[in-house]
Amino acid sequence: MEHLELFFKSIFIDNMVFATFLGMCSYLAVSKKVTTAVGLGAAVIFVLAVTVPLNWLLDQYLLQEGALAWLGSEYAEYDLSFLSFIMFIATIATMVQLVEIIVEKFSPSLYNSLGIFLPLIAVNCAILGGSLFMQSREIPSLGLALTYGVGSGIGWFLAILAIAAIREKIRYSSVPPALRGLGITFIITGLMAIGFMSFGGMLTGGDEEKKEKTTEVIVFSKLEKSTEVKKIDINEKSDTKEVAENIKEIEK
Amino acid sequence: MGLLSKKDAKLITDPLTDNNPITIQVLGICSALAITAELKASIVMSVSVLFVLGLGNVVISLMRNIIPSKIRIIVQLIVVATLVIIVDLVLKAFAYELSKTLSVFVGLIITNCIIMGRFEAFALGNGPWKSFLDGVGNSLGYAVILIIVGFFRELLGSGTLLGIKVLGDPIEKTGLYAFGYENNGFMLLSPMALIVVGLIIWVQRSRNQALIEEN
Repeated sequence: MEHLELFFKSIFIDNMVFATFLGMCSYLAVSKKVTTAVGLGAAVIFVLAVTVPLNWLLDQYLLQEGALAWLGSEYAEYDLSFLSFIMFIATIATMVQLVEIIVEKFSPSLYNSLGIFLPLIAVNCAILGGSLFMQSREIPSLGLALTYGVGSGIGWFLAILAIAAIREKIRYSSVPPALRGLGITFIITGLMAIGFMSFGGMLTGGDEEKKEKTTEVIVFSKLEKSTEVKKIDINEKSDTKEVAENIKEIEK
Repeated sequence: MGLLSKKDAKLITDPLTDNNPITIQVLGICSALAITAELKASIVMSVSVLFVLGLGNVVISLMRNIIPSKIRIIVQLIVVATLVIIVDLVLKAFAYELSKTLSVFVGLIITNCIIMGRFEAFALGNGPWKSFLDGVGNSLGYAVILIIVGFFRELLGSGTLLGIKVLGDPIEKTGLYAFGYENNGFMLLSPMALIVVGLIIWVQRSRNQALIEEN
Protein backbone atom coordinates (compact mmCIF):
# COMPACT_ATOMS: atom_id res chain seq x y z
CA MET A 1 0.00 0.00 0.00
CA GLU A 2 2.82 2.33 0.98
CA HIS A 3 4.53 1.54 -2.33
CA LEU A 4 1.37 2.11 -4.34
CA GLU A 5 0.73 5.43 -2.61
CA LEU A 6 4.27 6.70 -3.24
CA PHE A 7 4.10 5.44 -6.82
CA PHE A 8 0.95 7.37 -7.71
CA LYS A 9 2.05 10.37 -5.70
CA SER A 10 5.34 10.64 -7.61
CA ILE A 11 3.61 10.23 -10.97
CA PHE A 12 0.71 12.62 -10.59
CA ILE A 13 0.89 14.84 -7.51
CA ASP A 14 4.62 15.53 -7.39
CA ASN A 15 5.06 15.26 -11.14
CA MET A 16 8.66 16.14 -12.02
CA VAL A 17 7.74 18.57 -14.78
CA PHE A 18 4.48 20.09 -13.61
CA ALA A 19 5.08 20.39 -9.88
CA THR A 20 8.82 20.94 -9.57
CA PHE A 21 9.93 21.96 -13.10
CA LEU A 22 12.73 19.42 -13.28
CA GLY A 23 14.20 18.43 -16.61
CA MET A 24 12.57 21.40 -18.33
CA CYS A 25 15.51 21.97 -20.67
CA SER A 26 15.32 18.62 -22.39
CA TYR A 27 11.54 18.66 -22.01
CA LEU A 28 11.40 21.75 -24.20
CA ALA A 29 14.22 20.81 -26.55
CA VAL A 30 13.29 17.22 -27.39
CA SER A 31 9.50 17.47 -27.50
CA LYS A 32 9.06 18.37 -31.15
CA LYS A 33 8.32 14.80 -32.24
CA VAL A 34 6.51 12.01 -30.39
CA THR A 35 8.98 9.29 -31.37
CA THR A 36 12.05 11.08 -30.00
CA ALA A 37 10.10 12.09 -26.92
CA VAL A 38 9.27 8.43 -26.25
CA GLY A 39 12.94 7.50 -26.61
CA LEU A 40 14.14 10.14 -24.16
CA GLY A 41 11.29 9.41 -21.75
CA ALA A 42 12.14 5.71 -21.67
CA ALA A 43 15.80 6.49 -21.06
CA VAL A 44 14.86 8.79 -18.16
CA ILE A 45 12.69 6.13 -16.50
CA PHE A 46 15.53 3.63 -16.87
CA VAL A 47 18.25 5.88 -15.47
CA LEU A 48 16.10 7.16 -12.58
CA ALA A 49 15.21 3.58 -11.64
CA VAL A 50 18.93 2.76 -11.42
CA THR A 51 20.37 5.93 -9.85
CA VAL A 52 17.80 6.71 -7.15
CA PRO A 53 18.21 3.40 -5.26
CA LEU A 54 21.99 3.57 -5.77
CA ASN A 55 22.17 7.07 -4.33
CA TRP A 56 19.87 5.97 -1.53
CA LEU A 57 22.46 3.35 -0.57
CA LEU A 58 25.25 5.94 -0.79
CA ASP A 59 23.28 8.37 1.34
CA GLN A 60 22.38 5.76 3.93
CA TYR A 61 25.77 4.09 4.34
CA LEU A 62 28.24 6.86 3.51
CA LEU A 63 26.95 10.40 3.61
CA GLN A 64 24.35 10.86 6.34
CA GLU A 65 25.28 11.91 9.82
CA GLY A 66 26.29 8.74 11.66
CA ALA A 67 26.10 6.67 8.46
CA LEU A 68 29.69 5.47 8.83
CA ALA A 69 28.88 3.65 12.09
CA TRP A 70 29.22 0.32 10.30
CA LEU A 71 32.96 1.00 9.95
CA GLY A 72 33.46 1.14 13.69
CA SER A 73 32.42 3.29 16.61
CA GLU A 74 35.14 5.90 16.05
CA TYR A 75 33.56 6.82 12.71
CA ALA A 76 30.03 7.12 14.09
CA GLU A 77 30.14 10.90 14.46
CA TYR A 78 31.19 11.74 10.91
CA ASP A 79 28.73 13.77 8.84
CA LEU A 80 29.66 13.79 5.17
CA SER A 81 26.36 15.12 3.87
CA PHE A 82 28.09 18.22 2.43
CA LEU A 83 29.63 15.86 -0.12
CA SER A 84 26.29 14.61 -1.37
CA PHE A 85 26.13 16.85 -4.48
CA ILE A 86 29.47 15.70 -5.78
CA MET A 87 28.84 12.03 -4.93
CA PHE A 88 25.39 12.01 -6.50
CA ILE A 89 26.47 13.66 -9.72
CA ALA A 90 29.51 11.37 -9.98
CA THR A 91 27.28 8.31 -9.51
CA ILE A 92 24.86 9.58 -12.11
CA ALA A 93 27.56 10.35 -14.68
CA THR A 94 29.23 6.96 -14.17
CA MET A 95 25.95 5.05 -14.21
CA VAL A 96 24.88 6.74 -17.42
CA GLN A 97 28.18 5.78 -19.03
CA LEU A 98 27.90 2.23 -17.70
CA VAL A 99 24.30 1.84 -18.81
CA GLU A 100 25.30 3.07 -22.25
CA ILE A 101 28.06 0.45 -22.53
CA ILE A 102 25.88 -2.39 -21.23
CA VAL A 103 22.93 -1.56 -23.43
CA GLU A 104 25.21 -1.31 -26.45
CA LYS A 105 26.65 -4.75 -25.71
CA PHE A 106 23.45 -6.67 -24.97
CA SER A 107 20.71 -4.93 -26.86
CA PRO A 108 21.91 -3.07 -29.93
CA SER A 109 18.35 -2.32 -31.05
CA LEU A 110 17.54 -0.59 -27.76
CA TYR A 111 20.87 1.19 -27.99
CA ASN A 112 20.01 2.50 -31.40
CA SER A 113 16.75 3.95 -30.16
CA LEU A 114 18.09 5.32 -26.86
CA GLY A 115 21.72 5.82 -27.87
CA ILE A 116 21.80 9.52 -28.69
CA PHE A 117 19.83 10.44 -25.58
CA LEU A 118 21.86 8.64 -22.97
CA PRO A 119 24.77 11.13 -22.72
CA LEU A 120 22.23 13.97 -22.58
CA ILE A 121 20.69 12.44 -19.51
CA ALA A 122 23.72 12.92 -17.27
CA VAL A 123 23.00 16.64 -17.22
CA ASN A 124 19.22 16.33 -17.03
CA CYS A 125 18.03 18.07 -13.88
CA ALA A 126 15.31 15.47 -13.42
CA ILE A 127 17.88 12.76 -12.64
CA LEU A 128 19.84 14.73 -10.05
CA GLY A 129 16.57 16.21 -8.77
CA GLY A 130 15.21 12.72 -8.20
CA SER A 131 18.18 11.84 -6.00
CA LEU A 132 18.10 15.16 -4.12
CA PHE A 133 14.37 14.94 -3.44
CA MET A 134 14.87 11.33 -2.33
CA GLN A 135 17.39 12.67 0.19
CA SER A 136 15.39 15.67 1.40
CA ARG A 137 12.12 13.73 1.72
CA GLU A 138 13.92 11.06 3.76
CA ILE A 139 12.56 8.03 1.94
CA PRO A 140 12.86 5.21 4.48
CA SER A 141 13.74 2.04 2.52
CA LEU A 142 15.53 0.81 -0.60
CA GLY A 143 12.29 -0.59 -2.04
CA LEU A 144 10.54 2.74 -1.65
CA ALA A 145 13.51 4.52 -3.24
CA LEU A 146 13.14 2.24 -6.28
CA THR A 147 9.40 2.92 -6.39
CA TYR A 148 10.05 6.63 -6.17
CA GLY A 149 12.61 6.51 -8.98
CA VAL A 150 10.36 4.53 -11.32
CA GLY A 151 7.32 6.63 -10.42
CA SER A 152 8.93 9.98 -11.06
CA GLY A 153 10.44 8.62 -14.28
CA ILE A 154 7.00 7.60 -15.50
CA GLY A 155 5.65 11.01 -14.50
CA TRP A 156 8.31 12.71 -16.61
CA PHE A 157 7.63 10.30 -19.50
CA LEU A 158 3.91 11.13 -19.43
CA ALA A 159 4.63 14.85 -19.41
CA ILE A 160 7.01 14.81 -22.39
CA LEU A 161 4.74 12.45 -24.33
CA ALA A 162 1.74 14.73 -23.79
CA ILE A 163 3.54 17.94 -24.79
CA ALA A 164 5.09 16.29 -27.86
CA ALA A 165 1.68 15.15 -29.04
CA ILE A 166 0.24 18.63 -28.50
CA ARG A 167 3.15 20.28 -30.30
CA GLU A 168 2.70 18.02 -33.31
CA LYS A 169 -0.93 19.13 -33.58
CA ILE A 170 -0.39 22.80 -32.80
CA ARG A 171 1.63 23.20 -35.96
CA TYR A 172 -1.67 23.37 -37.86
CA SER A 173 -3.25 26.08 -35.76
CA SER A 174 -2.66 29.79 -36.16
CA VAL A 175 -0.74 30.89 -33.11
CA PRO A 176 0.16 34.62 -32.87
CA PRO A 177 3.55 34.91 -34.60
CA ALA A 178 5.44 36.13 -31.53
CA LEU A 179 4.19 33.21 -29.46
CA ARG A 180 5.11 30.52 -32.00
CA GLY A 181 7.41 27.76 -30.80
CA LEU A 182 8.73 28.44 -27.34
CA GLY A 183 6.15 30.89 -26.05
CA ILE A 184 3.09 28.80 -26.69
CA THR A 185 4.85 25.71 -25.34
CA PHE A 186 5.42 27.50 -22.04
CA ILE A 187 1.81 28.57 -21.79
CA ILE A 188 0.50 25.10 -22.68
CA THR A 189 2.78 23.58 -20.06
CA GLY A 190 1.40 26.05 -17.53
CA LEU A 191 -2.16 25.05 -18.39
CA MET A 192 -1.24 21.35 -18.16
CA ALA A 193 0.32 22.03 -14.77
CA ILE A 194 -2.94 23.60 -13.61
CA GLY A 195 -4.69 20.45 -14.82
CA PHE A 196 -2.28 18.25 -12.92
CA MET A 197 -2.90 20.26 -9.76
CA SER A 198 -6.33 18.68 -9.60
CA PHE A 199 -4.64 15.37 -8.76
CA GLY A 200 -3.59 17.01 -5.49
CA GLY A 201 -6.67 15.72 -3.72
CA MET A 202 -6.23 12.15 -4.94
CA LEU A 203 -4.40 10.89 -1.86
CA THR A 204 -5.53 12.55 1.31
CA GLY A 205 -3.39 12.61 4.39
CA GLY A 206 -0.21 13.48 2.47
CA ASP A 207 2.24 16.30 3.06
CA GLU A 208 0.12 18.91 1.32
CA GLU A 209 -2.70 18.74 3.83
CA LYS A 210 -0.25 19.33 6.64
CA LYS A 211 1.22 22.35 4.86
CA GLU A 212 -2.25 23.84 4.34
CA LYS A 213 -3.02 23.37 8.00
CA THR A 214 0.11 25.20 9.09
CA THR A 215 -0.62 28.16 6.80
CA GLU A 216 -4.19 28.29 8.12
CA VAL A 217 -2.86 28.35 11.65
CA ILE A 218 -0.51 31.22 10.80
CA VAL A 219 -3.34 33.21 9.24
CA PHE A 220 -5.55 32.55 12.25
CA SER A 221 -2.87 33.60 14.69
CA LYS A 222 -2.37 36.84 12.71
CA LEU A 223 -6.12 37.49 12.78
CA GLU A 224 -6.24 36.81 16.51
CA LYS A 225 -3.42 39.24 17.11
CA SER A 226 -5.11 42.00 15.11
CA THR A 227 -8.44 41.47 16.94
CA GLU A 228 -6.59 41.57 20.23
CA VAL A 229 -5.02 44.88 19.26
CA LYS A 230 -8.46 46.26 18.36
CA LYS A 231 -9.91 45.02 21.66
CA ILE A 232 -7.14 46.77 23.55
CA ASP A 233 -7.84 49.94 21.58
CA ILE A 234 -11.51 49.77 22.50
CA ASN A 235 -10.64 49.16 26.14
CA GLU A 236 -8.36 52.16 26.16
CA LYS A 237 -11.08 54.29 24.62
CA SER A 238 -13.60 53.15 27.25
CA ASP A 239 -11.01 53.85 29.94
CA THR A 240 -10.52 57.38 28.72
CA LYS A 241 -14.32 57.84 28.60
CA GLU A 242 -14.60 56.62 32.16
CA VAL A 243 -11.80 58.92 33.26
CA ALA A 244 -13.47 61.86 31.54
CA GLU A 245 -16.80 61.03 33.23
CA ASN A 246 -15.06 60.74 36.57
CA ILE A 247 -13.45 64.13 36.07
CA LYS A 248 -16.87 65.65 35.20
CA GLU A 249 -18.38 64.12 38.33
CA ILE A 250 -15.54 65.50 40.44
CA GLU A 251 -16.01 68.95 38.92
CA LYS A 252 -19.70 68.82 39.79
CA MET B 1 37.43 51.50 -21.87
CA GLY B 2 40.81 49.99 -21.19
CA LEU B 3 39.54 46.71 -19.84
CA LEU B 4 36.49 46.25 -22.00
CA SER B 5 36.92 46.48 -25.74
CA LYS B 6 33.76 46.69 -27.84
CA LYS B 7 33.79 42.98 -28.50
CA ASP B 8 34.13 42.24 -24.80
CA ALA B 9 31.28 44.55 -23.88
CA LYS B 10 29.12 42.73 -26.39
CA LEU B 11 29.76 39.50 -24.48
CA ILE B 12 28.00 41.02 -21.50
CA THR B 13 25.21 42.95 -23.18
CA ASP B 14 24.14 40.36 -25.75
CA PRO B 15 22.79 37.78 -23.30
CA LEU B 16 20.74 40.47 -21.58
CA THR B 17 18.44 40.92 -24.55
CA ASP B 18 18.83 39.34 -27.95
CA ASN B 19 20.61 36.20 -26.86
CA ASN B 20 19.00 35.75 -23.46
CA PRO B 21 19.81 32.33 -21.98
CA ILE B 22 16.26 31.67 -20.82
CA THR B 23 14.01 33.11 -23.48
CA ILE B 24 16.19 32.54 -26.55
CA GLN B 25 18.74 29.83 -25.82
CA VAL B 26 16.19 27.90 -23.68
CA LEU B 27 18.74 27.04 -21.01
CA GLY B 28 18.42 26.91 -17.25
CA ILE B 29 14.66 26.94 -17.07
CA CYS B 30 14.40 24.18 -14.48
CA SER B 31 15.55 26.22 -11.54
CA ALA B 32 14.33 29.54 -12.91
CA LEU B 33 10.69 28.66 -12.47
CA ALA B 34 10.47 26.88 -9.18
CA ILE B 35 11.93 29.51 -6.89
CA THR B 36 10.44 32.70 -8.31
CA ALA B 37 7.45 32.98 -5.96
CA GLU B 38 9.45 35.48 -3.92
CA LEU B 39 11.70 38.24 -5.22
CA LYS B 40 14.31 37.62 -2.52
CA ALA B 41 14.75 33.98 -3.46
CA SER B 42 15.16 34.86 -7.13
CA ILE B 43 17.84 37.45 -6.31
CA VAL B 44 19.78 34.99 -4.17
CA MET B 45 19.49 32.34 -6.88
CA SER B 46 20.78 34.80 -9.48
CA VAL B 47 23.77 35.73 -7.34
CA SER B 48 24.58 32.05 -6.77
CA VAL B 49 24.45 31.35 -10.48
CA LEU B 50 26.59 34.43 -11.17
CA PHE B 51 29.23 33.12 -8.78
CA VAL B 52 29.19 29.55 -10.10
CA LEU B 53 29.08 30.44 -13.78
CA GLY B 54 31.65 33.25 -13.58
CA LEU B 55 34.21 31.21 -11.69
CA GLY B 56 33.40 27.91 -13.40
CA ASN B 57 33.88 29.45 -16.82
CA VAL B 58 37.33 30.72 -15.78
CA VAL B 59 38.37 27.36 -14.33
CA ILE B 60 37.23 25.40 -17.37
CA SER B 61 38.84 27.90 -19.71
CA LEU B 62 42.16 27.59 -17.86
CA MET B 63 41.98 23.80 -18.06
CA ARG B 64 40.63 23.62 -21.61
CA ASN B 65 43.88 22.37 -23.13
CA ILE B 66 44.46 19.57 -20.61
CA ILE B 67 40.96 18.12 -20.39
CA PRO B 68 40.68 15.00 -22.58
CA SER B 69 37.57 15.52 -24.68
CA LYS B 70 36.14 12.09 -23.85
CA ILE B 71 35.77 12.73 -20.14
CA ARG B 72 35.13 16.45 -20.30
CA ILE B 73 31.53 16.18 -19.08
CA ILE B 74 32.61 14.49 -15.87
CA VAL B 75 35.37 17.06 -15.33
CA GLN B 76 32.89 19.87 -15.87
CA LEU B 77 30.42 18.31 -13.47
CA ILE B 78 33.05 18.00 -10.75
CA VAL B 79 34.09 21.64 -11.16
CA VAL B 80 30.48 22.84 -10.95
CA ALA B 81 29.66 20.53 -8.06
CA THR B 82 32.57 21.88 -6.03
CA LEU B 83 31.51 25.49 -6.63
CA VAL B 84 27.90 24.66 -5.79
CA ILE B 85 28.93 23.02 -2.52
CA ILE B 86 30.66 26.29 -1.58
CA VAL B 87 27.50 28.26 -2.39
CA ASP B 88 25.35 25.80 -0.46
CA LEU B 89 27.53 25.94 2.66
CA VAL B 90 27.67 29.76 2.56
CA LEU B 91 23.89 29.97 2.26
CA LYS B 92 23.40 27.50 5.09
CA ALA B 93 25.75 29.51 7.29
CA PHE B 94 24.48 33.03 6.61
CA ALA B 95 20.91 32.66 5.30
CA TYR B 96 19.55 29.45 6.75
CA GLU B 97 15.85 30.30 6.27
CA LEU B 98 16.45 31.14 2.64
CA SER B 99 18.44 27.99 2.00
CA LYS B 100 15.40 26.06 3.30
CA THR B 101 13.13 27.81 0.79
CA LEU B 102 15.53 27.11 -2.05
CA SER B 103 15.87 23.49 -0.79
CA VAL B 104 17.13 21.19 -3.52
CA PHE B 105 17.32 23.94 -6.10
CA VAL B 106 20.72 25.09 -4.90
CA GLY B 107 21.99 21.58 -5.64
CA LEU B 108 20.28 21.67 -8.99
CA ILE B 109 22.52 24.55 -10.12
CA ILE B 110 24.90 21.67 -10.94
CA THR B 111 22.64 20.46 -13.70
CA ASN B 112 21.48 23.94 -14.63
CA CYS B 113 21.78 23.75 -18.37
CA ILE B 114 23.10 27.33 -18.60
CA ILE B 115 26.27 26.28 -16.88
CA MET B 116 27.00 23.17 -18.92
CA GLY B 117 25.83 24.98 -22.03
CA ARG B 118 28.24 27.89 -21.58
CA PHE B 119 31.11 25.54 -20.68
CA GLU B 120 30.57 23.57 -23.84
CA ALA B 121 29.79 26.48 -26.12
CA PHE B 122 32.23 29.09 -24.88
CA ALA B 123 34.72 28.27 -22.13
CA LEU B 124 36.20 25.28 -23.96
CA GLY B 125 37.24 27.47 -26.86
CA ASN B 126 38.14 30.85 -25.37
CA GLY B 127 40.57 32.48 -22.96
CA PRO B 128 39.85 33.01 -19.25
CA TRP B 129 39.05 36.75 -19.34
CA LYS B 130 36.58 36.40 -22.21
CA SER B 131 35.06 33.34 -20.58
CA PHE B 132 34.62 35.27 -17.36
CA LEU B 133 32.79 38.06 -19.19
CA ASP B 134 30.65 35.53 -21.01
CA GLY B 135 29.78 33.89 -17.69
CA VAL B 136 28.87 37.21 -16.09
CA GLY B 137 26.82 38.26 -19.09
CA ASN B 138 24.85 35.05 -19.27
CA SER B 139 24.14 34.92 -15.58
CA LEU B 140 22.97 38.54 -15.71
CA GLY B 141 20.64 37.60 -18.55
CA TYR B 142 19.35 34.78 -16.39
CA ALA B 143 19.01 37.16 -13.44
CA VAL B 144 16.95 39.67 -15.44
CA ILE B 145 14.28 37.09 -16.26
CA LEU B 146 14.29 35.67 -12.72
CA ILE B 147 13.87 39.09 -11.20
CA ILE B 148 11.08 40.12 -13.57
CA VAL B 149 9.18 36.90 -12.88
CA GLY B 150 9.85 37.12 -9.13
CA PHE B 151 8.73 40.76 -9.06
CA PHE B 152 5.36 40.12 -10.67
CA ARG B 153 4.65 36.91 -8.81
CA GLU B 154 5.40 38.38 -5.41
CA LEU B 155 3.65 41.69 -6.08
CA LEU B 156 0.45 40.16 -7.47
CA GLY B 157 0.52 37.01 -5.38
CA SER B 158 1.17 38.27 -1.89
CA GLY B 159 1.19 42.06 -2.31
CA THR B 160 4.74 42.38 -1.04
CA LEU B 161 8.19 43.10 -2.47
CA LEU B 162 11.18 41.62 -0.64
CA GLY B 163 8.76 41.03 2.24
CA ILE B 164 7.73 44.70 2.48
CA LYS B 165 4.00 45.28 2.23
CA VAL B 166 3.88 47.76 -0.67
CA LEU B 167 0.16 47.51 -1.32
CA GLY B 168 -0.97 47.89 2.29
CA ASP B 169 -2.01 45.34 4.85
CA PRO B 170 -4.59 42.76 3.73
CA ILE B 171 -5.76 42.05 7.29
CA GLU B 172 -5.95 45.61 8.55
CA LYS B 173 -7.50 46.67 5.22
CA THR B 174 -5.18 49.57 4.55
CA GLY B 175 -3.75 50.89 1.27
CA LEU B 176 -5.22 49.25 -1.84
CA TYR B 177 -7.01 46.65 0.23
CA ALA B 178 -9.32 49.34 1.62
CA PHE B 179 -10.82 49.57 -1.88
CA GLY B 180 -11.58 45.87 -2.01
CA TYR B 181 -8.37 44.70 -3.73
CA GLU B 182 -7.55 41.02 -3.17
CA ASN B 183 -4.26 39.17 -3.59
CA ASN B 184 -4.21 36.71 -6.46
CA GLY B 185 -3.02 33.62 -4.61
CA PHE B 186 -2.86 31.77 -7.90
CA MET B 187 0.30 33.67 -8.81
CA LEU B 188 2.13 31.86 -6.02
CA LEU B 189 1.38 28.43 -7.50
CA SER B 190 3.91 26.86 -9.83
CA PRO B 191 1.93 26.90 -13.12
CA MET B 192 1.85 30.69 -13.15
CA ALA B 193 5.65 30.84 -13.37
CA LEU B 194 5.42 29.08 -16.73
CA ILE B 195 2.70 31.37 -17.98
CA VAL B 196 4.56 34.52 -16.85
CA VAL B 197 7.70 33.37 -18.70
CA GLY B 198 5.53 32.61 -21.74
CA LEU B 199 4.20 36.16 -21.62
CA ILE B 200 7.71 37.62 -21.30
CA ILE B 201 8.71 35.67 -24.42
CA TRP B 202 5.65 37.02 -26.17
CA VAL B 203 6.51 40.63 -25.31
CA GLN B 204 10.16 40.19 -26.26
CA ARG B 205 9.42 38.59 -29.61
CA SER B 206 6.79 41.06 -30.62
CA ARG B 207 9.30 43.85 -29.97
CA ASN B 208 12.06 42.12 -31.91
CA GLN B 209 10.48 40.46 -34.94
CA ALA B 210 13.75 38.80 -35.95
CA LEU B 211 13.45 36.34 -33.08
CA ILE B 212 10.14 34.85 -34.23
CA GLU B 213 10.38 31.10 -34.88
CA GLU B 214 9.18 29.36 -37.97
CA ASN B 215 6.48 26.85 -37.29
